[in-house]
Amino acid sequence: MATTTAPSSAPRAKAPAPAKHRPDKNYRRRQRWGWIFVAPFAAIFLTFLILPLVYAFRMSLFTSTLATGTKFVGADNYLKAFSDPIFLQGLATVAKFALIMIPAQMIVALLAALVLDNLATWASKFSRLMIFVPYAVPVVIGALMWGFLYSPRFGPAGSIFGLFGMAAPEFLAQGSIFGSLVNIVTWQWAGYYMIIIYAALRGIDPGIYEAAVLDGASDRQIAWRIKVPMISSSLVMVVIFALIGTLQFFTEPQVLRGVAQGAIPTSYTPNMYAFSLAFSYSQFNYASAISFALGIVVFVFSFLFLFLTRKQSGLK
Amino acid sequence: MKAKFLASAGIVAATAVALTGCSGGNGSGPEAASCTNTIVNAEAPQVTVWAWYPAFNEVVDNFNNTNSDVQICWTNAGQGNDEYTKFSTSIESGSGAPDVIQLESEVLSSFTIRNALVDLTEFGANDVKDQYAEGAWEDASSGDAVYAIPVDGGPMGMLYRQDIFDAAGIQVPTTWKEFEAAAQKLKESGNGAVMADFPTNGRAFNQALFAQAGSVPFEYDSANPQEIGIKVNDQGAKDVLEYWNGLVKKGLVATDDAFTADYNTKLVDGSYALYLAAAWGPGYLQGLSDADPDAVWRAAPLPQWDAANPVQVNWGGSTFAVTEQAKDKKLAAKVAMGIFGNKEGMNLGVDKGALFPSYAPVLDSEEFANKEYKFFGGQQINKDVFLKAAEGYQGATFSPFQNYAYDQLTVQLYSMVQGEKDAGKALDDLQASLEQYATEQGFTLK
Repeated sequence: MATTTAPSSAPRAKAPAPAKHRPDKNYRRRQRWGWIFVAPFAAIFLTFLILPLVYAFRMSLFTSTLATGTKFVGADNYLKAFSDPIFLQGLATVAKFALIMIPAQMIVALLAALVLDNLATWASKFSRLMIFVPYAVPVVIGALMWGFLYSPRFGPAGSIFGLFGMAAPEFLAQGSIFGSLVNIVTWQWAGYYMIIIYAALRGIDPGIYEAAVLDGASDRQIAWRIKVPMISSSLVMVVIFALIGTLQFFTEPQVLRGVAQGAIPTSYTPNMYAFSLAFSYSQFNYASAISFALGIVVFVFSFLFLFLTRKQSGLK
Repeated sequence: MKAKFLASAGIVAATAVALTGCSGGNGSGPEAASCTNTIVNAEAPQVTVWAWYPAFNEVVDNFNNTNSDVQICWTNAGQGNDEYTKFSTSIESGSGAPDVIQLESEVLSSFTIRNALVDLTEFGANDVKDQYAEGAWEDASSGDAVYAIPVDGGPMGMLYRQDIFDAAGIQVPTTWKEFEAAAQKLKESGNGAVMADFPTNGRAFNQALFAQAGSVPFEYDSANPQEIGIKVNDQGAKDVLEYWNGLVKKGLVATDDAFTADYNTKLVDGSYALYLAAAWGPGYLQGLSDADPDAVWRAAPLPQWDAANPVQVNWGGSTFAVTEQAKDKKLAAKVAMGIFGNKEGMNLGVDKGALFPSYAPVLDSEEFANKEYKFFGGQQINKDVFLKAAEGYQGATFSPFQNYAYDQLTVQLYSMVQGEKDAGKALDDLQASLEQYATEQGFTLK
């Protein structure tokens, strides 16, 4: 999920096309300055994002096997990827994660934001910070930490359940690893989404609430009938972040695999599959194709979601 | 490709070059800055080495102090797969690999097939052949070619808790039949310990147990790299796995993942009555924390299928190979042969790093045989267990996609202990997946 904050295809209003103006000297000079200001970012963007992407795409058009050499195969790797049962199963896994994990994070984040928005005490500031803190923990550290919390030996579950004379559930077993991962991600990201939603809530004109109260609306009605609809564009953005992050699910399962190699195979999610193909099995070409294939899937889903919610997000 | 990258980046903006330039400066120039050790003779040419042996800094210092014409620049690039991942990426990018690298013998053919290792016969490897244990040398060579110099081996034995055995009234098992009976008795004694762990991610451990019953999973020769014989589901492997699956089902052994923090604790806190270990196991045990203070450890030979015809197996063991990216291959070969190829260096490895040497002058020495281990109450574990185990070891053949094979083995074993399939089906499925993979990778199946 580390990649969620990467620049997404978030909607931007198109900049007004200035080229139609008369190209006076002043304007062109100003534009030149603009390019110079953008240059450092553009250089880094090109070097570390665009060029590697082009390189990876080129790689994905070739095939190189252990026993034979490298040869050009065009789209073959992509055809193979979309009929590769391991890749498709990985996609099914992340789809399942998306269905469970995104609503879980949204509910936690939205409820927390609504409650905090209504409170105006020092406790609210403190709680806001506390809910946000997990996001400040690096993802790898968070996953390692949970690995220990889940551990039957070192974790607290053993003693807590022991108080009631019960055996602790095995958090890292095949049947429960899914829930364990959902828990880690929700813990880590709900606070971040809460901040986004909270900021949107603070942007609403309080006059609207006063009007609603005069009209006899209860707090709950204000929350569900006024606040939520008014921040729908932020909610859409949060879901997009979560969707992109979930489809690229990698860090948490990769780290937890260290303590649950049976329950989390190397191809658990598409990203993990690409990673192990490239770095464990030296299939860099096919790994590039898998990565691009995943990129296509992410793009399609994000686009579809943005299209379906174009009304709420204010795109239309 | 990297060079092209940098070139195009340079066109884009000078800033980018400044940012990435540091990573492009690999080829020439002094690399002394990145050495973990101190260079004794700054004038001499340096050979870069990646290794993760315990107490290796002392071995490196010993080498650098005794060699004035060449110096080792050592980096610990991670243990096992961590290092291989970096090496693999360096091979792909064509730069960044060290001159000499520590590799376990089981991954050698995975790298020779990518033309990443140098055949050392050219540099006089065969002259030192008789200084190494036969099985270890066999593991490091393929046909006539020698791709690495053996360093340490992992002949297998059994490290057991005398105190737990005594309390439960069980004898040290010498056959697997006795092993099962003892495990049953231990369970009935109700002290909470299980006999041993059978990790589904044991990889080379699982494979070694199969080999003891005559399983030969792969046939492969680097001289003929396109051909491979796969037989991971032969009778030997099936018999062994059925046996272990039986123990698992009866609850006589645990199935905890190996090499996790939990597993490390359970090894020494009395959760397992014994540890089926390689010769590096005693060193591993001693390094673990949370040990049971009253533990009484002893070593015994690995149980046998047929006591009259004992079969010895090996788990792990590593070597030094010279990479194709080495700037001076002859000098690198000298280092690979010289680091542990002398009594002083190897003794340091044995005493400080608990290695089981493949270097014959130390391996065959009285001193090594008679070494008493305090951890085992003064038992001469080399003489009692591991030297005999090493003597009988003939070498093994690994596949050029061993990492994949192990990952698939873990998948199948896990599925088996979850009760989804029996031992035979698990190995048949493994066979099918490996055959498919080999075919996809362009191999011809023998």
